[in-house]
Amino acid sequence: MLSEKQKLVLIIFLTIAFLSYSVYLYTFLPYKQRKISEQCVKGMDLWQKYNCNACHQVYGLGGYLGPDLTNVYSKRGPEYIAAFLQSGTQIMPKFNFSEDEIKSLLAFLEMMDKSGKADPRTYKINKDGTIEY
Amino acid sequence: MEQLNTEKITTPKLFILSGLFLVVFGLLFGIVGAFQYIIPGLFKEYLSFEKVRPLHVSSVIFWIIITAVGGTWTYILEYTQKKIYSSILIKIQLILFVFTFIAILISYFFGVFGGREYWEFPPLLALPIVLGWVLFIINFIKTIKTIKHHPVYVWMWFTGTVFFLFTFLESYLWIFPYFRNNVVNDMTIQWKSYGSMVGSWNMLIYGCSIYLMDKISGNKAYARSNIAFALYFTGLFNLMFNWGHHIYVLPTHNFIKHISYLVSMTELFIIGRIIYKWNSTLSEAKKNFYRSSYRFLAAADVWIFLNLLLAIMMSIPAINLYTHGTHITVAHTMGTTIGINTMLLLAIAYETLSNSCISFEPYKKLMKSGYWIANFSLFIFWISLIIAGILKSKWQMSTEQIPFAEMKEMLKPYFYSFLIAGTVLATGLIMVIYPLVKNQVLCILNTEGKQIEKTEL
Repeated sequence: MLSEKQKLVLIIFLTIAFLSYSVYLYTFLPYKQRKISEQCVKGMDLWQKYNCNACHQVYGLGGYLGPDLTNVYSKRGPEYIAAFLQSGTQIMPKFNFSEDEIKSLLAFLEMMDKSGKADPRTYKINKDGTIEY
Repeated sequence: MEQLNTEKITTPKLFILSGLFLVVFGLLFGIVGAFQYIIPGLFKEYLSFEKVRPLHVSSVIFWIIITAVGGTWTYILEYTQKKIYSSILIKIQLILFVFTFIAILISYFFGVFGGREYWEFPPLLALPIVLGWVLFIINFIKTIKTIKHHPVYVWMWFTGTVFFLFTFLESYLWIFPYFRNNVVNDMTIQWKSYGSMVGSWNMLIYGCSIYLMDKISGNKAYARSNIAFALYFTGLFNLMFNWGHHIYVLPTHNFIKHISYLVSMTELFIIGRIIYKWNSTLSEAKKNFYRSSYRFLAAADVWIFLNLLLAIMMSIPAINLYTHGTHITVAHTMGTTIGINTMLLLAIAYETLSNSCISFEPYKKLMKSGYWIANFSLFIFWISLIIAGILKSKWQMSTEQIPFAEMKEMLKPYFYSFLIAGTVLATGLIMVIYPLVKNQVLCILNTEGKQIEKTEL
């Protein structure tokens, strides 16, 4: 039978490990901070304001109604994206974005595109079940 | 013959009653969302999908949280024989939660979002939730005083409350440019917090379920046994370190992925125990199945097994590569939130709310039918999503991809079965919930409370 002391030691140990792991991640984020343009920040705000994640995915996380947009900037190009943003689609409402708002969203999508590739076909599967990019 | 509990409705019961209203909203918005998959552009002008999805997701998450809190308070009151620190703090917590949840749902109708993936609402509305949760922790700690010498469910409630607050606050780190300015950094921390947050509310729910099982079986030994604590520490270990499977494809630190992969394999221990205990679980079920609350616990057992198998497979990066971003992830989410969380919370709700004010006899048949309808349709719903996910996965991995819209057309038959099964599932759950809500509303309206014989469902 685990004694009360052993249980306490275990929970304290796990909590310290969890907090250390958290602090380590906050301090050593995977990417060193890059200064991003004001336009890109505005694009990010718009992305959240219109809740784009409800329908679209980024790195496979998000809604399922529209396509994953992680690398849409390099795949389709800014003109193609701008056309969709201006007119909407059968499913996507027409949000009546201004020229400046479209530019901001494009800046955000460009930043996202440069962060990495979300295509699962580009990964290599190892024998131990891990994956490599 | 046992008489009904005609006490004036208590605050913990009001938490659970509010939760029942929220789950009905969640189910209705879920049906609207499923229709929007079949009929593109449905309600596009007034209630488009970017509004419907958070209405559905948040209603269901609020149902889980508020009912888990209500269940926890109900059982703490019983466990401590009403020697709690402050009943006023519980009331304030309820008021803060209910008004904030209503404000959040209204904000979606006006197109005011937080815009984060999964669970989102404007950051300002997170403040009253934080305040309510801080009061919860203060009240809990002052009541329990120490976690030493308590059964496992008290440990689970304690860790659930503390880790929920931590992870909830962590999920708002994005408001600082330091975290937000790179999408990979932002998503790493976001999914760290969400992954652990789910584990935190599960701690509250599972704690209540163990308390309830002890009450039904009359055996208090399990909650103090080594195996109960071994399972608790396995759960806690996973809560802390097994969130990386959400972001295997994100170009983040590799060690996050390796840690998560290794930690998730400890869940095999839980699967092993379920299989080992299968026979005794079955005989226990036969003995207690006449009880409505036990019936929901039994259903949750089956769903835990199915979803844990799926979760373990999805935690292997090589398999996750195929399932990530597909409807298999949705199947897992629905399986856990409906099959596990909702079934367990309904067990708690039935145990807490069913023996008051009106006789359940006329509703016995309705509740039984609703129970079976909900479980069978959930299975079809779950399978439909898995098949749709397999097809999407095939599309994601194919060298010559057809356009996204064509792929969605290919999945349409499974969206139809998902819509039909989902509608039947919602009907079944509403059939189960209706007598409980009616009972409590009558309790509130009839303050004198008639003494009626209790009937066991």
